[in-house]
Formats: sequence, structure tokens, C-alpha cells
Amino acid sequence: MTTAPIADRSTLVAARATELSKIYGQGETQVVALDRVSIEFRQAELTAIMGPSGSGKSTLMHCVAGLDTFSSGSVRIGETELGSLKDKQLTKLRRDKIGFIFQAFNLLPTLTALENITLPMDIAGRKPDKQWVDSVIQMVGLSGRLGHRPAQLSGGQQQRVAVARALASRPEIIFGDEPTGNLDSRSGAEVLGFLRNSVRELGQTVVMVTHDPVAAAYADRVVFLADGRIVDELYGPTADSVLDRMKRFDAKGRTS
Amino acid sequence: MFRTALRNVFAHKARLLMTVLAVMLGVAFVSGTLVFADTLSHAFRNQSAKSYDDVAVAVTSYADPDNPKEEPGLSGEVLDRISAVDGVAGVYGRVEGFAGVADPDGKLIGVGWSNKGSNFAPGKDGKDTAYTFTDGSGPVKDDQIALDEESAGKGEYEVGDRVRVATNGPVKEYTLSGVFTTEDGAVNAGGSLVLFDTAVAQKQYLRPGYFEEVTVTAAPGADDARILKAVEPLLPDSAEARTGQALADEQADQIEQGLGNLKQVLLGFAGIALFVGIFLISNTFTMLVAQRTKEIALMRAVGASRRQITRSVLAEAALVGLVASAVGFALGVGLAVGLRSGMAAFDMKMPAGPLVLSATPVVAAFAVGVLITVFAAWLPGRRAAKIPPVAAMNSVHAVATTKSLVVRNSIGAAVTALGAAGIVAGASAGGDDGRMYIGGGAFFALIGVIVLIPLLSRPVIALVRPLLVGPFGVAGKLAGQNAVRNPRRTGATASALAIGLTLVTGLSVLGVTVGAAIDKMTTDNIRADYMVSMANGGDLDRSALTALEKADGVSAVSPQQDAYFRVDGEYVSASAVTPGDIEKVLTVDVVSGDAGSLARGRIAVAEKTAENRGWKPGDTVPVTFDDDEKATLTVGAVYKDSEFLSPVLVDRKIVDGHEAQPSIRQIFVKVDGGQSSANEKVLVDALGDNPAITVMDRQDIRDEFGGAINTLLNVMYGLLAMALIIAVLGVVNTLAMSVFERQQEIGMLRAIGLDRRRVKRMVRLEAVVISVFGAVVGIGLGTFLGWAIGETVAEEIPGYALVLPWDRIGIFVVLAGLVGVLAALWPARNAARLNMLNAIKTE
Repeated sequence: MTTAPIADRSTLVAARATELSKIYGQGETQVVALDRVSIEFRQAELTAIMGPSGSGKSTLMHCVAGLDTFSSGSVRIGETELGSLKDKQLTKLRRDKIGFIFQAFNLLPTLTALENITLPMDIAGRKPDKQWVDSVIQMVGLSGRLGHRPAQLSGGQQQRVAVARALASRPEIIFGDEPTGNLDSRSGAEVLGFLRNSVRELGQTVVMVTHDPVAAAYADRVVFLADGRIVDELYGPTADSVLDRMKRFDAKGRTS
Repeated sequence: MFRTALRNVFAHKARLLMTVLAVMLGVAFVSGTLVFADTLSHAFRNQSAKSYDDVAVAVTSYADPDNPKEEPGLSGEVLDRISAVDGVAGVYGRVEGFAGVADPDGKLIGVGWSNKGSNFAPGKDGKDTAYTFTDGSGPVKDDQIALDEESAGKGEYEVGDRVRVATNGPVKEYTLSGVFTTEDGAVNAGGSLVLFDTAVAQKQYLRPGYFEEVTVTAAPGADDARILKAVEPLLPDSAEARTGQALADEQADQIEQGLGNLKQVLLGFAGIALFVGIFLISNTFTMLVAQRTKEIALMRAVGASRRQITRSVLAEAALVGLVASAVGFALGVGLAVGLRSGMAAFDMKMPAGPLVLSATPVVAAFAVGVLITVFAAWLPGRRAAKIPPVAAMNSVHAVATTKSLVVRNSIGAAVTALGAAGIVAGASAGGDDGRMYIGGGAFFALIGVIVLIPLLSRPVIALVRPLLVGPFGVAGKLAGQNAVRNPRRTGATASALAIGLTLVTGLSVLGVTVGAAIDKMTTDNIRADYMVSMANGGDLDRSALTALEKADGVSAVSPQQDAYFRVDGEYVSASAVTPGDIEKVLTVDVVSGDAGSLARGRIAVAEKTAENRGWKPGDTVPVTFDDDEKATLTVGAVYKDSEFLSPVLVDRKIVDGHEAQPSIRQIFVKVDGGQSSANEKVLVDALGDNPAITVMDRQDIRDEFGGAINTLLNVMYGLLAMALIIAVLGVVNTLAMSVFERQQEIGMLRAIGLDRRRVKRMVRLEAVVISVFGAVVGIGLGTFLGWAIGETVAEEIPGYALVLPWDRIGIFVVLAGLVGVLAALWPARNAARLNMLNAIKTE
């Protein structure tokens, strides 16, 4: 964890994609999922990626997070260029530098909440920083439920475990794929609140894909994708302003 | 509904693969056994028919050749009278007995118990219809013999060569006059046959001028039955005549019976293999049903009845069974063919004949395959029917409900307790009754343990968890937890292995224990350095005893010679021995009286016999010898019962004069300087380098008595291998299912940084844990059973003490671990290759 003042950090880039393209198939059946996308994710910023189905928002996240390969361009996480990495190195990178929050929680049913939270450190064979883990657990409000297994927790609680898991290893960047997609609005608001707090108070960098304008309103910045390209960007969004933009794209989509 | 079943089968081809394989192997085992037995029995029947083809009537004498007051067989006069009967074309008198042929190195050709000698009985045309000469001609002089083609080939003998042949007497050298082929059963089974001139054979095996058997050939057009009628009045009382047809049938029936036993044993093992397969099939269908919950609920929602759902699952099972049976049957036929050529390769000659495919194996294959599969799918089918229609509406991936295991566990505990009680009761009762209790108890205990295994899985696997986490870290921890995630499935998988290992361990414990007891018995009781006996287990000639007594460096020699005398009109089991020497070669533990009294013409009696008959040292016993002469013997000593000593010992000088031919089973020899190859050679040379006589040192003796057990164990291991292979398929199946069901999880683990190597390791360790768990349960139960059965035979084997074969048990556990690693190869690779993005994407 860097100790640089917050003002400085906001100008540092946690992850960067340059001229990133992802093309499926060849010739007639060729589908361009990402078309020379260039984007930076600054440290201590919460970015939401939005766009209609098939716009490439998930693909962009998967490529930047080292989950998927890309056709051309470059992706950097911190100082590491992903394009040249083999599976083994990518795995290590994900393990050490990236945190994930999935829509379907994706907890291991055989492990307790606490074990799930410390799983990435277990995999890395590192001893968790107990103080840090405790403060993360405190923050997401799971102190009383650490011994429970996922099946004994509600959806919101499960996703809070997932958030804690992502935060616990202090990754350089956290990626969330529709983190509130499976939650009711109250639980969703809670989870988004934790993510925003982690950015504001802990200086964490978070990128999330969502289609919910309310969720996007928690972000510092919203990036809009359509047909594999970045079409717009919005700073300090509100649910209404996001909805407005979306309506505009929709109208454009229909007329074009 | 049938169309749905058909579609389902095709949709889940890969997941049904292991099920098909398991059923297929079981069916192949069954049909292979049946086809093999059919083919063999057909071939034997043909051969019997062929070997009696020319025989119209065969006469066999049952006279006692040792009784000097009776005619020992059929005389030449009887033969002459038979040949005068109307319709008789030829009459061939035969005698037979043991004859061992030495190869140029002096070793016996063929296995001891099927080395036969007989006479060449030429008819008027100078030919013997039973033998076809491929080279040279039949022996007609005293020093000539003929050999069967196979044995001549093994000894590399050609016509004109000198060949050493041993019958019960000393070795003699003969000139090979001819080489022949024959339909004789012993030769076909890999034995050897030596033909002597008739007079030589009669002198050797019976008495000059007499035959044991007469075969009669008929003139063309003559009726066998009529000849039989005409021959019967010409025979002495002690002979019986039968038509060739009747003999052929009788022989075929005997062979059939022997094959029937073999068939039953093989089918028994096939049954075990199929039983093990049931667990695998049941697991597969349980999973398929769980995965299809939504689909099934939908069908229920649109109006399918419960019965239709069950039927659809069963139809699917039947289809799978049908396909597996068809392939299994084809494989079984191949197995039968392979088994036959395999036996030929191991020198077990089988008569040639076409492959016989009757209806029974076909019907059996399909019935077994389809019924087993449907039976195993029955429970999952019923469970499928219980899925409520509303499940179709649930968006959440239906998790298999883990119903309470309380009822199951209570039943399991009760059945196990019942079984264990039966086994313990059987062990304390002993004898045949005890073994029956144990058999029943074992059945219940096995069923009970199978029912209980899901319950056992949690604590047992929890015990080993630290072993997993220590060296293997997070992969080991996850593997340990995954292994107990679905106790029913883990239980069923482990059960399959446990059954096989129960049997393997039970047999091993029993075999090793009995082997050790026998070993101890031989070491405790045999003081001699060598034991001399006939290769065919027959009687040694007296000349062998004389030769050994005279041999250089021999310090003590005593035979174990059957002594025939009657007490109160009843034969007692007695041995004639050499007093003074017997105590040096065998342990004679005298409890009362004086061992030295044997030399003074007294008899020694074993404790139990003495007790039963009320004999004490000093008592007199009136006896009648075999030649009806009477005498009074005095009891001189009483000794402890021993496996190697008859209940009564007597100086052989006392009985020798009363018996025409002494029956010497073994001669024990002690030499100065103990066992050494030089000493052994002295003995072999003293015996005239006789190929028919074996000289065994102590190790050989131990092997002789205990060796059979090891061979038997190895055969059992081989036969149980099929059940173990199916159990391995079960492990593969379970893992493949688990990996498939946990795709999302594995994808997440990969995403958050678990590398491929450790994903593989996680799956592999889960397999090892399940396999070893099954093995441990099986080994535990098997040891218990081995102990119990051992208790029932303990009385019959002096010096019996339970021996746990730790080395073997260790090997079994290690093998089970390896089985796990092997079984995990494919599923682990699949897990590691899993497409991460697909896996973590929500539907």
C-alpha cells in the first residue's frame, strides 16, 4: 500500500488498456467485441462500465482483468504488460494484484465465511494481515457470521463476504461483474456503499460492470460502451444523468 | 416418453460412458465365462466321442491287484473268449500306471500327476487302434518304448534314441521305437504317455498275463449292445462291461461337472463385479436426475405423471443397459477366445473345436446387463418422480437436498450389528456351522457398512484432513472438504472399492495365517533335511528306501509307510517306520512310556487315539495283518498328536512280511552336515537319478504344503481384479461428475489465482481420499472376516495363530491411493482445462 497523499494518487493509473481489440471468428462470421478501446483506470477511483447487452462491457473487463485473451493492443496492470504473460504468470498476477466480485457471489460452499475471505491469501500461501482483515470484516459488518457457511447466509451477506474477500488481499484493483445483479435493492445499496467507502477511505481502485443506473450513480466515473467502442464518459454521475445518457444511446441505436 | 429417454441418452453420452463401461465389463465377464464353458464342454464331448469312437464295448476290472488270493484282473483267457464272440473285430487288453520320462538333463517331462504308462496292444494287423504313429512303430521288445509326440518333442527324442523311464521301481533305459498321437485325455491335458511292450507293462503294473481293461472293437454292421450282452457272461464278478457310447457319455458328464464348477466360480466373481457396478450406475443416474431437475419439473408441470417420470428414467437405464450388454457380449466372446489361446500358451492343452455360441449366454448377457442397470437406476428414478412441478419455476440452480441420514444410519447400524454378531457367533461356534453363520453375517455386515458408509465418511476423512493440509496446502484443504461434500456419492464410490478390498483382505489374512501355521507346523515337526517322494504322489519302491539307507553320509532314514492291520476287524490308520531313526527325522513328543520301545517291537500311539481306545503303555492289542495272520502287539509309548505322524507307529519289520507291496508315501532323510547341494546330489545319485522321484529340502517341503495357498491367493486376486477395475471406473465417474457440477467454483478459484497445477492436485487428492477411505473400510471388514473364518479352522490346524499381513495391507492402501491418482487423471485434466469465463458466467 502506497502512503502517497490522496491528491497525488488520483493521478496515478492502476490499469490501462491501449488500442485493445478482441475479435471472434474470421471472415464472414467475424465478430468484433472490442474495437481499439483505449481507457485508463485511475487509482482510488470507482469506475462503472455501462452499455447495452453485446456492447463489449464484460469482454473489456475480462480482458483487463487477465481472465480473457485479446487480439491486439495492450493491457497493463500497474507496470505489468498482460499480453506477454503465460497462463501461469497471469494466474499469479490475478492472485496477487487483482480482486474479483462476481454476480453469483461464487463462494466455496465448503468453507466458512472467514475461510472464504482469506482464500486468496491461502492460495498464495501468505499469512493474512490480521488487523487489515479485521477492519475489512468490520467494515462490511460480518463480525458475527464468520463461522457460517455460505448456505447459512442471505444473498446480501454472501456478497458482502465476496466484497471482503476481494478487499482482504489488498489488490491493486478490484473488478466487479454486475456485483448487485442478484441482490435486492437494499442489499445492493449496502454492497455499493462498501465499495465506495473502500475507494474513498482506503484508496482502493474498483472497476465494475453494471447495467443498473442506480448502481452506476455510486461511481466516480461512468464509461459507456456500444458496439465495442467507448462512446461516452460521465464524471460525478447521478442515477438520472446516467439514465438520460442511456436513453440517448437507445434512441440513437433505434434510429440508426 | 421413450423418445425423451432416447434423447437423454444421446445428450449425456459422455457422462454415461463409465456406466456403459462398468456394465459392459460385468456382462463380458458373464458371457465370456458361459461361452468359454460351452465351447470347452463341446470340444471335450467331441473328444470323448472320438476317443471311444472305435470302441464297441469296454471292460474294466475292479479286482484288487494286491490281494494274492484273487485274480488281479482280466486274464488272457477271458480275452480269447471275448474275441470269439460274434461280431467282435478286435480285442485290446490294457494295463496302465505311472511312468516318468527323463529329458536329456534327467528332469521329469510333464507334470507329475499326469505321467502315464500303458501297453502297446497290437491287433491281428499289428496295429493298436488307440494310437496313430507319426514316426517308427509300436514297442514289441522288452527294451522298447513309444512316446507321445508332445513329450518326445519336449525331450528332443527321436526314434532309436535311448530314453530313461522310471516307473515305481528303479530307472531303466529303453530304446524309442516310435512316436504317436492319441486322443487320450491325460496326454491332451499336458501329461506324458509311455507305451511299453504288453508283457513289460503287465509285469510292471499288474501281473504277467493279466489286464485291467479290455476294449472291444466291432466288425462292420455289428451291434454294440448285442456284443455287450454276449460279453457280460464271460467276465469275472469283479469286472464290468459298458458300451463305448456309455463310456464316452460318462466321461463327458464328468468333464461337464468339472467345468460346471469352474463356471460357477467364475460366475461368482462376475457377480461380485456386477454388484460393484451397481453403485457406479446408481451414482450416475442420481447425478443425471439432479442435473435435470428443472427439465423433469417442467415435464411434471405440463402434465407428466410421477410414474411416467420414473419410467422415463428406467427406460433410459434399459437403453444404456442394452447398448452396454451388446458391446459386453461381443467383448465376452473375444474374452472366451482369448482365454482358450491363453491356456494353450500356458501349456494347458485344450481339445480343439469350434467356438460355440448357444442361446444361453446371449440371453444371460442381455438379461444381466439390462436388469442390473434398471435395478440400479430404480432409486434415482423414484427420486426423480418426487421432484415437484414448482421446481421448474425456481430460477436458482437446484441444490441436491441432503436428506437427513438418520433413518439410513439407524438401519445401517442395526444391520451392521446383526452381521457382526453373526460373524462373532460363527467364529466362536467354529466348524462348518460357524462358517455358515459367518457367511450370513458377512453378507449383513457388508450391506450394513455400505448403508453406513456416508456416515463414516465424515469423521474418517476429518481424521486425515491435517495430513492433506500440511503438505498440500489449500489444494489439500479443499480436496478434503470436497470429498465429504456429498456423503452419499462418496459413500457409494468408496463402497465399490470397499467390497473388493473386503474380499481381497479377508482372503489374504486367511491365506497368510494358514500359510504361517503350516510353515510353523513343518518347521516344528520335520527334523529331517530331506523328504523323498514320488512325483505323482504315488508309492515309492522299496528299492528307494534301501538305496537311501546305503547312501553316504546319511545319518537317519525312516519311511512313512502305510501299515495295514486291523483291530477288532477295523483297519486302523498306522505308519510303519524305522525305529531309532523316526525320532531323528520327525518330532515324536512322547508323553508316557518309552520311545525306544518301538525298536523292541512295541507300538507307539498318538494321545487322542490312545484316549479313545483306552490304551496305555503296557496294554496289549490283538491285531490282524493284511494277509489275515494274527498277532498281539504291546503299546510301548504314547505321543502328542502331530500332522506328520499317523495315530499309530510300528516298526516296519513287523508289517513288511505281511504285505505284498509296501505303500511308502515318503521317506525322510537326515544327512551328516545338513542341507547342501552336494548332499542333495548324493541322495539323487543314490536313487539312480530317477526323474520320477523328487527330493525336497525343507524349503521345498514348506512350499509343497504352503505353496498351494499362495497360488490360490494369486488366482483369487486375479479374479477380483475385475471388481476392482469397475470400482476404479466408479471413482473416475464420481470425479468427473463432481468436476462437472463444480465448474463454477473451479472457475472462480482459477480467477482468484489458483493455478492449473493446484486445481489438478485438488481433484487428484479428492480421488485419493475417497479411494483410500474405501480401502480402509474394506481392509477393516476383511480383516475381521479373515479372523472369524480363521477361528473356525483353528482347531483343525495345530499351531494356528492369527497373522496380519501388514506388508500386503500396506500394499493395498498404497494401491488404493494409486488407483485414486489414476482415476483422477482425466477428471483433473478436465478441471484444469475448464474455460474460466464460461464457468464464472451466470446462466
